[in-house]
Amino acid sequence: MDFKQWDNFNKQGEWTKEIDVRGFIQANYTPYDGDESFLANVTEKSTKLWNKIQDLYKAEREKGVLDVDTKTPSGINRYEAGYVDKDLETIVGLQTDSPLKRAIMPNGGIRIVEKSCESYGYKVDPEVEYVYHELRKTHNDGVFAVYTPDIRRARSSHLLTGLPDGYGRGRIIGDYRRVALYGVDVLIAEKQDELNILDTDEFTEEVIRDREEIHDQIDALNQLKLMAEKYRFDISKPAQNAHEAFQWTYFAYLGAIKDQNGAAMSLGRVSTFLDIYVERDLKNGTITEEFAQELMDQFVLKLRMVRFLRAPEYNALFSGDPVWVTESIGGMGIDGRTLVTKNSFRLLHTLENLGPAPEPNITVLWSKNLPEGFKKYCAKISIATSSIQYENDDLMRITLGDDYGIACCVSAMKIGKQMQFFGARANLAKTLLYAINGGRDEMSGKQVAPKFEPITSEYLNYDEVIEKFDQMMDYVAKIYIKALNAIHYMHDKYSYEALEMALHDRKIRRTMACGIAGFSVAVDSLSAIKYAKVKVIRNDDGLAVDYEVEGDFPKFGNDDDRVDEIAVNLVKTFMKKIERHQMYRNADPTLSILTITSNVVYGKNTGSTPDGRKAGVAFAPGANPMHGRDSSGALASMNSIAKLPYEYSEDGISYTFAITPSTLGHSEEERVNNLTSMLDGYFMQTGHHINVNVFDRSLLIDAMNHPENYPNLTIRVSGYAVNFVKLTREQQEEVIARTIQEKI
Amino acid sequence: MDNENVTGKIHSFESLGAVDGPGIRFVVFMQGCHLKCKYCQNRDTWDINLGEQYTVKQVVEKIMRYKNYIVASNGGVTLSGGEPLLQQDFVISLFQELKKQNISTCLDTSGMFTITDKIKQIVDLTDIFLLDIKCINDETCKWLTGSSNKLELEFAKYINEKNKRIWIRQVLVPGITDKEEDLLKLKDFLKTIKVEKFEFLPYHDLGKYKWEKLGVPYELGDLRVASNEDVKRAEEIMEIK
Repeated sequence: MDFKQWDNFNKQGEWTKEIDVRGFIQANYTPYDGDESFLANVTEKSTKLWNKIQDLYKAEREKGVLDVDTKTPSGINRYEAGYVDKDLETIVGLQTDSPLKRAIMPNGGIRIVEKSCESYGYKVDPEVEYVYHELRKTHNDGVFAVYTPDIRRARSSHLLTGLPDGYGRGRIIGDYRRVALYGVDVLIAEKQDELNILDTDEFTEEVIRDREEIHDQIDALNQLKLMAEKYRFDISKPAQNAHEAFQWTYFAYLGAIKDQNGAAMSLGRVSTFLDIYVERDLKNGTITEEFAQELMDQFVLKLRMVRFLRAPEYNALFSGDPVWVTESIGGMGIDGRTLVTKNSFRLLHTLENLGPAPEPNITVLWSKNLPEGFKKYCAKISIATSSIQYENDDLMRITLGDDYGIACCVSAMKIGKQMQFFGARANLAKTLLYAINGGRDEMSGKQVAPKFEPITSEYLNYDEVIEKFDQMMDYVAKIYIKALNAIHYMHDKYSYEALEMALHDRKIRRTMACGIAGFSVAVDSLSAIKYAKVKVIRNDDGLAVDYEVEGDFPKFGNDDDRVDEIAVNLVKTFMKKIERHQMYRNADPTLSILTITSNVVYGKNTGSTPDGRKAGVAFAPGANPMHGRDSSGALASMNSIAKLPYEYSEDGISYTFAITPSTLGHSEEERVNNLTSMLDGYFMQTGHHINVNVFDRSLLIDAMNHPENYPNLTIRVSGYAVNFVKLTREQQEEVIARTIQEKI
Repeated sequence: MDNENVTGKIHSFESLGAVDGPGIRFVVFMQGCHLKCKYCQNRDTWDINLGEQYTVKQVVEKIMRYKNYIVASNGGVTLSGGEPLLQQDFVISLFQELKKQNISTCLDTSGMFTITDKIKQIVDLTDIFLLDIKCINDETCKWLTGSSNKLELEFAKYINEKNKRIWIRQVLVPGITDKEEDLLKLKDFLKTIKVEKFEFLPYHDLGKYKWEKLGVPYELGDLRVASNEDVKRAEEIMEIK
């Protein structure tokens, strides 16, 4: 292959002979090891556009949703072109024909669409209802057609929870860069070739399915071209400059979010790829740094406008309307060069030019070898905005190479070569309670798991509990995988992500991404049973409904090996139990310790636990120590989490961390240096992921009202530290008042 | 006696000390203090009979768990309190062990001690001093802490002669330690020693509840906390920045 659009690119390697975006990047990118001084301010055009979008946000906040198209089931090319203000938009393309107007995507399930519409005062068009109730089966219908009674019981009792059986599974990252580098026609030709490979003598079920999927993929690519045409772009050929490269890449992503309402619709790792085009144009003198930044700012503005129609129940699980437009930046190449480019800085700089925002979900792949200038700029932006998460590149590069991206929060996958079957999570805190209660639910009293001998002693005996817990985990792992196999079979069948998969190789690795909720509660409960005395309180029915802990016990999050070892073993044990089962499409099972914000809902539906946590109290998020129990300081907490074995939890180990600026240091320079060192240290300890919150005033107010979310928020006051959530209301208000003064 | 078996009374540990000396520092808060500072935020560290007993070995083991952070940040260990110099044998043994591990040592002290041989030994083993100057005005100092500042000023001169890295801090208490003539005097004094860093720590009353918990009256009562303006004014007088 050769295209005039590739002039001045280094053609070494395989990337001109086959689809190989990584090869293109490696041959052409310019590592950057300087600081942020080259960055340009926001242009007037972008500011004006951003102001218009913010006005729309305001109207949206008042109404819940700005508008819904209840007539047109969404697809890649079902809408006319839409604009915020054509003259101000450097990057164009909206999910529907009007900004922030939400689309319906009933392939996942018609009922959830109806419910979502109703909750915002809309009604689904009768024809759509007719089609999806009478003529067209959905993913949701398919799943419930095959669910067994035991899966249903586990689901309604919240033993298994958040399963993607009524919403899009998401967590698939198309290699959106391919559209910019090769143009759609090359991608279609490649897929045609794959069909030839699949013209086999033995026409097995697998071959037939693959052929049908590739057929749908080609269809989706054709639709993508037509969609771009509506915006007057011909994306059949490669992008010829930076502007087009941003636009092509965005169109590819836009196609995906028109097609799928996935729980997490992540972007991948596009910044360094796009930097190659920017560098070429800068060298040619066809663009300026101001314009390069405008491209990034405007690209990001589009990403900030991604919206899905979701039901209020869904928001209870994942609060705040998140879409996880995760973009991964930084990291090191396997040849030792850094993958940081000027575009990595430009992306971070959008948080200064446009202000902080949760989307896109900026993820820094951290390595101890990252250039100092980049490390410091990340830390600086983190401190100012609390908008960045960090993941351990040195750990992930071992198995994933240097062209992987993060889907959702922590799930790493090789771009275009790997996808996952998102599996939500099993509630291990509840599993432990079932072990004690012989399979009966501690809240409803119903027999959910198969009946077996409950524990009847007054005080819990560690060995007895462990034995029964082990058996109960066997059972949970079994029905968990049954449910996930059913879900993903049906998702592939009724709501296949044709466009996202069109931007993958034919042969891909699939993972079955299982998860754990209630991790630290389960761990502390076992520790309490082992190291303290736990008395069981039973109701008249003999059901254990509460526990009294006598004496103290080591708690997860204090770098105490006695309990941290229980934690490590729990991860290993549960993972091994999952591995025993047969996965749909021969997926490789993986595990995550991640709850996002659903820890609150899971906790609400789980009775009192032997660690002293009362019924209904929120779990800690992800792998976090239980609220307030990690009393030995931030680094002790980090050390405990870093002990959790990534090898057994490859889908990610999430840690949410909050710290005050004054704890980090008195001057900005100190704060930046200390945060940088903390990240270096945490990742050297083999920690996997960390959300860094450095509070500002609004965060403190939030902490005052929702202390459960800020277990580690520490304020340091000349020579001593206090835990913010332990201060009295008055003290908290006083601190907040002082912070306001600082702002003025 | 082996260093490792020497014991000390410790109030608490902080694995992430980011404002107690350069870099990230593991902070050991020692139990016991001989001063009676009215604004003390750690009133519960005064009584030497409280606290928990640890051996140097146990403390070093704790510290080593954070070596990655300490090394990455060019940080180290800070002994604070309470007053660490009330437990001199422990300080000597701990610092000797830390020196073996190439870990930087820092001492957060009032410096209100006579320069004895043991103190000299400790100064040799200490890389950085965080010296709390209570108030340059001796009358105010006596009122505030129950002790004269004579020893601590001598101490400052001594560690300066020994070419130690010195950070000086003073709690800024509105109407008490922020008088212009005192601040000018402090400025003159600081000219006589080589100070790497000087900071005002604005007075706050977040430690008040600890006094109340111990059933001890908090004398400063309703005294207002120091604002940013107070700090700015003091810094202008001192001609800092």
